[in-house]
Amino acid sequence: MIKITSEPLNPEEITAQVRSNSNGAVITFLGTTRDFSEGRNVEYLEYEAYQPMAENMLQQIADELREKWDIDDFAVAHRVGRVDIGEISLVVALASPHRQQAFEAGGYIVDRIKQIVPIWKKEVFEGGEVWVGSEEESATTAPTS
Amino acid sequence: MRVNVRFFALYRERAGTAEAEIDLPEGATAEELLGRLRIVYPALPSSNSVLIAVNSEYVGPADPLHEGDEVAFIPPVSGG
Repeated sequence: MIKITSEPLNPEEITAQVRSNSNGAVITFLGTTRDFSEGRNVEYLEYEAYQPMAENMLQQIADELREKWDIDDFAVAHRVGRVDIGEISLVVALASPHRQQAFEAGGYIVDRIKQIVPIWKKEVFEGGEVWVGSEEESATTAPTS
Repeated sequence: MRVNVRFFALYRERAGTAEAEIDLPEGATAEELLGRLRIVYPALPSSNSVLIAVNSEYVGPADPLHEGDEVAFIPPVSGG
């Protein structure tokens, strides 16, 4: 399952998708929104996605899991739109027969999401806002009103 | 030829629009398109870290474009 949605994420439901009797290890990773980042008091986050491409890239990551670890049982969901502090912005669930591949693959998936999936996070904090990853440009170019 | 351009996140805000249609000479590359866009939208960041996607796949800056392509300029991604 690959899902990009503005609705709250349900980790139990997403984890249930990857469980099966042939798997002995199940990992669920939750990305949650922090209230403090780079010295800023963050009020909320705003996520934007290039949805069809983001879904393609998540499918590519699913294909990589199959090639590298022979893992088929994978589900991922990412929020878009406003996400308040403490909420879940990302759920990754995967399962495999043994724990070692599951832990390795879990770290790999989250790293790949942060490399290739076209989703962007804006931090809205006291006195301003910034696109994470483009901080320098956000700061040095005059804001559009 | 005509291509559809999509802007996201910081680039969308700087361009002041999410989409544009641009006429290009046949065989123009993604990089040439970006050069033209900077004339039309001077507030676009002049970042070297921009990635380019055509029809939802990453491409190189020297790749030629085709009629009807959807070209997206991808700021540094920050999902998760």
